[in-house]
Amino acid sequence: MTNSIPEFEDADCVLITGSNTSEAHPLISTRIMRAKAKGAKIVVVDPRTTQMSLLANLHLKQQPGSDVAWINGMMNVIINEGLADDVFIEKRTEGFDELKAAVAEFTPEYVEEISGIPAYDLVAAAKMYAEADAASIVYSMGITQHITGVDNVLSCANLAMLTGNMGRPSTGVNPLRGQNNVQGACDMGGLPNVYPGYQKVSDPDIQAKFEKAWGIRTENGGRKTGSGLLSPVTGLSDKVGLTVTEMVELAGSGEVKTLYIMGENPLMADADINHAKKCLKNLDFLVVQDIFLTETAEIADVVLPGASFAEKDGTFTATDRRVQLVNQAIEPVGESKADWEIINMLAKEMGASGFDFSSPEEIMAEIAALTPIYGGYSYERLKNGNVLQWPCPDAEHPGTPYLHKDKFSRGLGKFHGIEYKAPAESADDDYPLTLTTGRIMFHFHTGTMSRRAEKLNKEVPEAYVEIHPEDAIKVGINGHKRVTVSSRRGEIELATRVTDRIKPGVVFIPFHFAEAAANALTNSAFDPVAKIPEYKVCAVKIQTTADPVLEVCNESYKSKN
Amino acid sequence: MDYKNIQTICPYCGCGCALNLEVIDGEIVGVLPANDHPVSQGSLCIKGWNAHAFVGHEDRLKKPLIRKNGQLEEVSWNEALKLVAKNLGSIQKKHGADSIGVLTSAKCTNEENYLLQKFARAVIGTNNVDHCARL
Ligand code: SF4
Repeated sequence: MTNSIPEFEDADCVLITGSNTSEAHPLISTRIMRAKAKGAKIVVVDPRTTQMSLLANLHLKQQPGSDVAWINGMMNVIINEGLADDVFIEKRTEGFDELKAAVAEFTPEYVEEISGIPAYDLVAAAKMYAEADAASIVYSMGITQHITGVDNVLSCANLAMLTGNMGRPSTGVNPLRGQNNVQGACDMGGLPNVYPGYQKVSDPDIQAKFEKAWGIRTENGGRKTGSGLLSPVTGLSDKVGLTVTEMVELAGSGEVKTLYIMGENPLMADADINHAKKCLKNLDFLVVQDIFLTETAEIADVVLPGASFAEKDGTFTATDRRVQLVNQAIEPVGESKADWEIINMLAKEMGASGFDFSSPEEIMAEIAALTPIYGGYSYERLKNGNVLQWPCPDAEHPGTPYLHKDKFSRGLGKFHGIEYKAPAESADDDYPLTLTTGRIMFHFHTGTMSRRAEKLNKEVPEAYVEIHPEDAIKVGINGHKRVTVSSRRGEIELATRVTDRIKPGVVFIPFHFAEAAANALTNSAFDPVAKIPEYKVCAVKIQTTADPVLEVCNESYKSKN
Repeated sequence: MDYKNIQTICPYCGCGCALNLEVIDGEIVGVLPANDHPVSQGSLCIKGWNAHAFVGHEDRLKKPLIRKNGQLEEVSWNEALKLVAKNLGSIQKKHGADSIGVLTSAKCTNEENYLLQKFARAVIGTNNVDHCARL
């Protein structure tokens, strides 16, 4: 997030898209509701009716996959109505002419054709957003999980810069991270192209810094050798590594031999899971470190029991870059161990040096020494209840509640002219409905944790598909409670919920349920840059499942008439 | 009876609400919100209120497991770590570091994520490091 969670409260307009905020991020939605109570305008762009859309001033229901089109359309309106922030554009940005040319054809009428959003609604939304003093954009996976995910994100940034909604409180572009430490996993270099703090693996100076710090080169430039088990690493690799999607794919083709997976369940989270399972089964060796025997752990060669959040110390980084202390409350269950201890032990077993940490606090000291944006963090400072958002470069720095205050990290903010591209798969005669997937309030991600929490699981114990009444009639649901939903990749059986919360032609399935996993259907075509699979759009068809009770009724009805 | 109240961070979504785990004799019995926290401000959502519910679940893994004759069997830490070390080493030697991939976790701490990517890069020698956040 460019800005902080508490700032939402003072926004004059909040534009929410691709985020079911009140279910996925409840305490952020609370702030947005407070803003509304103070007079802010709320605009929701989402194919489904959500709690947020019900309280919004405007709800635009777009066709899934048309985000670039409607955002370009809003910018078209803003430019033509003279609502752009000329001073901001002049002083802080470059590339405006490219943007202007790219959005010129996206008149509200043209956008209506692509997205199904009525032209007058689009104009009203554009004005609402652009006329506000401080307007904030909120988005989540609904924006990123498309083949055009990066384009969608750049489009949001274009819109914010065009109206000068950057670098001030209660403005900005605010992606809401789904899992509690996604932000931290990225910050810590859990990515194939960067070390901690987004320092590029391809930068020779950065590489040299880490080689020295990690004891791969000695002070006088000599290289260290390792012990017998492995070929010693004599220099850090400057080659960008594989993404998770590529790792799974290459496991299937045999180039990747081993995966070591900590606390992730790609067999539930990955798009097209039947395919992913086949790929992972092809590995020579699969190690999973987790707290439960997840679907992925079930096929592993070795499973190492990790400790839960309540059984260890450490830090998590919230979606607004807020680093906070996690404190151990109880001893690890059984013989389980904190994940950091497991890695320490394994590294030592392999004869590696540099893994002699006796506490997470010591690890944080190493992180701070090597990661400029985390340079000012220590447990001492965090213990005092300080709220410290990165960048926090040194021990005196108060942290950064909002980014891009006087300049962008690259200097001038760059506008990108973005072309609209249709989704990889659209509904057709064989698969006439568009499936979109998402989260619901009572469950979390692949359900590993929440479905084992009795109170949460009781609320929504089984999978379902939401379908509009018009489509329900076409499919002939007519009393059938269960249906089969199929795509070109797989099929699942589940319950139906007929509701006008969803747009006609679109169906919705929450992805938390292993026995009817939505990701058996989804498309693994992915964004060429971010490599995020297109979870939010794929074509499906729905057939009713034989229902013995209903058939008996129908039979007896027929025989009597 | 030993009663403790430990302030920590909710394991569910990225809002990062603080919460208090109520511990009696080494067992978590409940959750209380944290009044002075800038985001949670004394409230939690239903997931936060149930943050502890899965911690003591009977399905928790309690010992390392190794697949033997097709079945996962409980073994000692020593045996499990030796096997992982030996296999990672021999695969790295035989097929090169880039035949190994590592997934860090959006559910683990910063320190754990840091350590695992350090392990991948400095010990194995590969940048094949990612996590499931895109998913
Ligand atoms: S209490 Fe609810 S809103 Fe707060 S972090 Fe946990 S899941 Fe998110």
